[in-house]
Amino acid sequence: MATRDSSTERGRITVDGFDVESVVDRDHIESWTPSFREEAGRGRRYYAWQRFKRNRLALVGAGIIGVMVFVAVFARPISLPGGVPLLGGETVQPFSLAPADPAEQDILTGHTAPTLASITSSDPLGLHVLGTDWAGRDILSRIMFGGRWSISLGFIAVAVALLIGVPLGAIAGYYGGYVDSVIMRVVDMLYAFPFIVLAIAVIAILGRGYWELVFALVAVGWLAYARIIRGEVLSVKQNEYVTAARALGARDRSVITRHILPNAMAPVIVQATLSVGTTVLTAAALGFIGLGLSPATAEWGVMLNVEQDSIARGRWWAGVFPGLAIFLFVMAINLVGDGIRDAFDPQGEADGSDGGFR
Amino acid sequence: MSLQRFVVKRALVTIPLLLGITMITFGMVHLIPGDPIDFITLFTDLDPETKQAIRAQYGLDDPVYVQYVNWVVDAAQFDFGRSIITQRPVSAEIMDRLPYTLVMGSMAFGVTIVTAIPAGIAAAYYRNTGIDQFSRVFALVGIALPNFWLGLILILLFGNVLDVFPILPPTEQPLLSVPMLSYTILPALAIGTGSTALLMRLMRSSMVEEMSKDYVRTARAKGLPERTVVTKHVLRNSLISVVTVAAIQIAFIISGSVVVEIVFAYPGLGRLLVGRVGNRDFPVIQAVVLLIGVAVIAANLLADVLYAYLDPRIRY
Repeated sequence: MATRDSSTERGRITVDGFDVESVVDRDHIESWTPSFREEAGRGRRYYAWQRFKRNRLALVGAGIIGVMVFVAVFARPISLPGGVPLLGGETVQPFSLAPADPAEQDILTGHTAPTLASITSSDPLGLHVLGTDWAGRDILSRIMFGGRWSISLGFIAVAVALLIGVPLGAIAGYYGGYVDSVIMRVVDMLYAFPFIVLAIAVIAILGRGYWELVFALVAVGWLAYARIIRGEVLSVKQNEYVTAARALGARDRSVITRHILPNAMAPVIVQATLSVGTTVLTAAALGFIGLGLSPATAEWGVMLNVEQDSIARGRWWAGVFPGLAIFLFVMAINLVGDGIRDAFDPQGEADGSDGGFR
Repeated sequence: MSLQRFVVKRALVTIPLLLGITMITFGMVHLIPGDPIDFITLFTDLDPETKQAIRAQYGLDDPVYVQYVNWVVDAAQFDFGRSIITQRPVSAEIMDRLPYTLVMGSMAFGVTIVTAIPAGIAAAYYRNTGIDQFSRVFALVGIALPNFWLGLILILLFGNVLDVFPILPPTEQPLLSVPMLSYTILPALAIGTGSTALLMRLMRSSMVEEMSKDYVRTARAKGLPERTVVTKHVLRNSLISVVTVAAIQIAFIISGSVVVEIVFAYPGLGRLLVGRVGNRDFPVIQAVVLLIGVAVIAANLLADVLYAYLDPRIRY
């Protein structure tokens, strides 16, 4: 590198910062191929991830979600039903973290208060750290196991809603005109109903059940994505690279999916993350008012529903802990969502507010 | 554009929206798998002639568009037929419940406004201090709290531990009596907390934005007392966006009341709706859903008009 030392003679011009060897040794221009993945030009996602990693609150939220999902998956062994072609009838997840069988009843005993008295004893069976519910079932085990319903409802409903809302919103925004007004008028109309009321209406039509509940949550959830992505597409499609892609003869589908959507997704990703939380809340609320899953399931809202009267009668543990699980999950999701928003939009003011107003 | 013209124009936009939501609520019944007759006769076995007679009586043998027009014309006159379960006119059932929900909703709205706006101002004025941090944590918690669980916790606190508010509905009390109103406070708190958290953060960010503007520096430079700067200059401008969001909060409060009424066994519209979904009492379900939709559309209209009134730049 250093050229300063090599020429100390008088009258010679010293040239700084020029490496002769590198010029001599350089590759011929023919062998150079452009690389778009150089360090200087990493994608927007990379920088967003770098910013997200520094956000401690968001990492705590992600940690809480990770632990809750892990606990729900490993609460009880999972066996595939016999009809599945691969690994049918076999146990794919043999671990059991829950201290007791969430379905094991002891109706005669009924409620028992949470106790740490026997935590040091060697017999784990009589130990109910969070107490038992009206049927004598261990509440801790039920909350761990119930995450399978509550959490999966949130993620599945949001994923399906994205698959519906994003294409419809992108089509509406890209083509405009007649298609746009039809799609967006439908969205506007459905937006006139508060989310939970619309979900109740769908359940009134379909009846109760897991997939009915997913359908109701999707029917409500896709609206927000369609609206957001349409707005983003409207602004992104003004860019010159979109005109260039079209001028080069790219088909509409590839213009939308390769050029427009990658640049329009950031607000949708933020909204989708936050709405995992609101979806879990809505599902739990529906379970609580008796329109969600069946009363026997350990879904967190349903657990609160069957214990409505217990709280007023002083059996606080039956109502406090399942709600705490909902609260913890939703708060963790909101922390992650805010973190993602700040990561994508570092200029925007960090604010605890939710994306929607419902 | 004058304000009147803006209001008229904005109101005209809601007409297709209103027609749309009547179509959705009307369509509900026709989306159910099976014969609507079965829900009217509660699945009793009947011979075809009787079924046909019932069908004619309810107008279900008309073409769908005739049924729709009839339904909309009746609905416009607040006539939704009779409940399948109680055989009472649906409008009478709604009128029994509506005042309760209105009182609870306005109380929740009042709680929200009275707490959120001063708290947001304080958080903005003392930003990055302990007060601001506290409001940030409160917002984080308030948004994530399930309102029905908050209701249960309030029952636990006030019913068992503190014994301040009644937790069981008082019987045979008129709506606007002291025991009934004090019974309404807890559900109103449970509903209002989420809106409070949201509105408070909005108030804060809107106020922080205004505080950094040039006119505030000018006002301070000409020697105005800090109090005047905040109340007469900053507050007025930052309230504009808050007022519109506050109007939209009506939708939030309606959906909150649907769930929270169940917690407190409160005799409102939400409990009527949820109770009748179990029985598939579609005339009542349709009426309540339509009413809620109309209320939300009206709230959004109000928000836009308020915005235009407060900020004349909007009415271009």
